[in-house]
Amino acid sequence: MGRILPPQRYLKPVVFLLCLAPLVALVWRGMGGDLGANPVEAITHHTGLWALRLLMATLALTPVRLITGWSGVLRYRRMVGLFAFFYALLHFITYLWLDQHFAWGDIATDILKRPYITVGFGALVLLVPLAATSTNAMVRRLGARRWLRLHRLVYVSALLGTLHFLWLVKADIREPVLYLALFVMLMALRTPTLGRFLPGAAAGRGARPRGRTGPRP
Amino acid sequence: MLIRRPPDIPSSEITPRELYMKRRLFLKAGAAGLAAASPAAAAFFGGDSEADRIGPGPKPYADAPRHPASTEEEPTSYKDATTYNNFYEFGTGKDDPARNSDAFEPRPWSVQVDGECHKPATLPLDDLLRPHTLEDRVYRLRCVEAWSMVIPWVGFPLGDLLARFEPTSAARFVEFTTLLDPAQMPGQRSRVLDWPYREGLRLDEAMHPLTILAVGLYGEVLPKQNGAPLRLVVPWKYGFKSIKSIVRIRFVRERPATAWNTSAPQEYGFYSNVNPRVSHPRWSQAKERRIGDGLLAPKRETLMFNGYGDQVAHLYAGMDLTKHF
Repeated sequence: MGRILPPQRYLKPVVFLLCLAPLVALVWRGMGGDLGANPVEAITHHTGLWALRLLMATLALTPVRLITGWSGVLRYRRMVGLFAFFYALLHFITYLWLDQHFAWGDIATDILKRPYITVGFGALVLLVPLAATSTNAMVRRLGARRWLRLHRLVYVSALLGTLHFLWLVKADIREPVLYLALFVMLMALRTPTLGRFLPGAAAGRGARPRGRTGPRP
Repeated sequence: MLIRRPPDIPSSEITPRELYMKRRLFLKAGAAGLAAASPAAAAFFGGDSEADRIGPGPKPYADAPRHPASTEEEPTSYKDATTYNNFYEFGTGKDDPARNSDAFEPRPWSVQVDGECHKPATLPLDDLLRPHTLEDRVYRLRCVEAWSMVIPWVGFPLGDLLARFEPTSAARFVEFTTLLDPAQMPGQRSRVLDWPYREGLRLDEAMHPLTILAVGLYGEVLPKQNGAPLRLVVPWKYGFKSIKSIVRIRFVRERPATAWNTSAPQEYGFYSNVNPRVSHPRWSQAKERRIGDGLLAPKRETLMFNGYGDQVAHLYAGMDLTKHF
């Protein structure tokens, strides 16, 4: 009989399928005519919310390592991050196509004049270079230090994405404020001041990607 | 000269009629079987059911005569109109009002009418409604969030009701108040808005023949999530002006404080007339998504005063509608 598979062998496809599940659920609802009275809005909200959730999940992996000491968790950072970009792109395409029907004049006005759309667009644009440089080859080409500096843009993108959510609601700010709190917490946990008190910080230090070539395959 | 082209398909390959008819029958039976098997499949294959389109019944107001101001446009499906609602008293999600209104008891109900009038009174709903003839009025409904519906309301002119209480010459505005009862309205347990919900109209707007109080829709009794048992409908204003589940109507001298205007004065004006030329600070009001138009349908152009300009524009003659938005 075979040995027990090491977690990294099966966890990757599991994470992949988990990240894909929201899209599958959306398509399933669409096929069943179950998107409600305003399907365009339902698709917009679903893709936007999952982009933000997966962005937060990406940012949560370093704190998870610092708390548990399990540096293997960083293996999944690239995939989760790319899925966040994927949902953000679906969100943007939904807006361009289903919502605006490619009315470019109106779209330009929205992006320039409506702050919540401006910051949402900014959040997406900042993710583009990160997705483009997510391959191992690009990490090598840029060099670890420059690559890491570039990829700090993800913090800005996550903040803009949260503001996008906060500024679009009419009166009930509870949910976006929750995301803002989560963002602040995830940022605080990775500061050296707080980070060194975390139980896994010492254990993970040897394996931290700082100085390494970024995410491994 | 005419050149005869041979047919693209040799006759030997054409399916005999009886065979393809059989196939069609088979496919139909299959689709019907699937449709019967699940409502989801029904939605996918055959569109909405009769109950989804016009309501499950009963229809006590089916005989209400249609008012001439009604639009000829196709009404929104009953299902959409009763599951996609803004009624923050039951939660801020569009499906919350239909899901969270079980504890709400719209009957028995009474309405207090007071303020600057000669005959203030608190009346049980039946007494309040008795003198009025109910009509069927199909109105466009334009939400401030840039979506719209077409709703066949059952109601009567608000002005007829207001006249019974004989407003004094000091009455300039009318203030409306929704029920305040967090036990029945779970959304009121969160301070999303300054409860109770309040709305207001200038007296001439309130007396306008298009302004109605509604007690039903689609010939049926007004569902809880749509503002049972009594709500305002002002078709040329954004939907939030049409206050739901009214317990108090008050004639006042000064412009009353209203819920959304208090919450965000720079975004929601007191008038809130539908106006495609005045953007909400955060989104354009030039277009609207008509609920039910489908996933790939483009938005429609929003009409000034929601298309009721011929009847109501004179109310605002000489006013700067960019300032008084």
